[in-house]
Amino acid sequence: MTNPVPYRGGGFRPKRIRGVGLGVFISLLLIAEWGTRAGWIGNLTLPLPSDVVLTLIELATSGLLWTHLSLSLGRLFVGAFLGAGAGVLIGIAIGLSSYTRSGLVPLVAALFPIPKIALLPLFVIWFGIDETSKYALIAFGTFTPTVVATYGAVDNVDRTLVQMGQSFGLSRLSIIRKIVLPGAMPGILSGLRISLAIAIILLTAAEMIGAEYGIGAYILQAGALYDLERLFAGVTILSILGVTLSFVLGRIEARVLRWRV
Amino acid sequence: MDLRIDALTHCYGATEVLSNINLEIPTGRITCVVGPSGCGKSTLLRFIGGLERPTSGQVLQLGAPPSDSLNPFTFVFQDFALLPWRTVADNVSLVLEDHKLAKDARARIIADVLARTKLSDFANALPKNLSGGMKQRVAIARALAVRPAVWLMDEPLSALDAQTRELLMDDLVSLWLRTPFTAVYVTHNLAEATRLGHRIVVLSRRPGAVRRVIDIDVPLEARKAGDPTLAGIEQELWHLMRDEAQAADQELVHD
Repeated sequence: MTNPVPYRGGGFRPKRIRGVGLGVFISLLLIAEWGTRAGWIGNLTLPLPSDVVLTLIELATSGLLWTHLSLSLGRLFVGAFLGAGAGVLIGIAIGLSSYTRSGLVPLVAALFPIPKIALLPLFVIWFGIDETSKYALIAFGTFTPTVVATYGAVDNVDRTLVQMGQSFGLSRLSIIRKIVLPGAMPGILSGLRISLAIAIILLTAAEMIGAEYGIGAYILQAGALYDLERLFAGVTILSILGVTLSFVLGRIEARVLRWRV
Repeated sequence: MDLRIDALTHCYGATEVLSNINLEIPTGRITCVVGPSGCGKSTLLRFIGGLERPTSGQVLQLGAPPSDSLNPFTFVFQDFALLPWRTVADNVSLVLEDHKLAKDARARIIADVLARTKLSDFANALPKNLSGGMKQRVAIARALAVRPAVWLMDEPLSALDAQTRELLMDDLVSLWLRTPFTAVYVTHNLAEATRLGHRIVVLSRRPGAVRRVIDIDVPLEARKAGDPTLAGIEQELWHLMRDEAQAADQELVHD
């Protein structure tokens, strides 16, 4: 009896298939559209997706979208830049110096689990109701995950490379700048992904207090009036914002980490 | 510049890893250090290169290193230690950037060392695209760039396959023949030691101590595979090390 050896390998290696993700989105939207039109989804449960799109177009043509978006993006970038920047610096210090590590790791561990949204009223008292308290909240929220990701990444930098630097007489600054920092970059960037998602969450929360414009304020107003179309339009904007940022970060990763095997 | 290792002893906690090492490392020759695994031969190299401090004893430089040497004690590592995010040329450039060199002087050095290691065509390649042998040649080029007074080679060929190892040994021999350099070459491969070493230092197992120093008079260019003198020396080395290698193999690792 002659049989081929049965094949037992393969699998366990998910690949990306183009278009499937988009397909899931579109089919969910179509189901919602169909359900709300047919009536088996009540109009207090979900707005018509097409109405949400119309609301978005209206928002865009009236120019209000840009007011909201530019203010929100400004807050997001200033806050995330401050928080992530400080986080990377402190993270590197923790990664490289025994004193900062011993002194700051417990502090960071204590700050990390605090839901930053709970501190918003405090920040309003400290920094005032205007922009500064929003920057502070976003910065604080992005700071802790960035610190943790950065010092973890610095810990994972190949020590033989550091030693190579020392053996060639490189200065401490050169070793940090040319060996430690690029070596930690993969970890820092994946930490940044988490930080940016947190930043969007906090942005929305911050704009719900004391902001006239901004996506968060827009959603809050819509919610208060139970205007589901506008509420969902706001949520859609946030979601698109998140996907865009993650896409941009992916592009940056692909370029900066081109050297990875 | 000769080196003298003077009564060097090193302990990790209560275990003595190197015991009263006294050695002369002559200029312009390759000194091979062989020994069973765990005899502290790589540690010894790190003391010579100033990357670690011994418990007692010292490594002395007899005379000053040549003034044109940018980094007198230069390592070549077993795992190459190339920066994966820098190209071949930039990896060489890395060790020159901290020295005050004009831009074109630096470029000249890089071009020169890449030519000497036959890497000119790969100047812009990333390490991930290079074979193991090429990576080690980049590391050798990088070392050449700083004009070492002493080469400290820590099992430089151990991560490579046998054929590549042969090729690189030939490369090292021809580099040495062009300009004789001083090297301390740590290896556990006795064939490498007899092929490249002018002097072979045999270390005993823990605590590492000098068991024998053998000088080989056959000039490097005359050493051919199957040379009876070299084969005899290799046999002798193996007899010296055999029992200890066996003991090392059967040891549990406590780390």
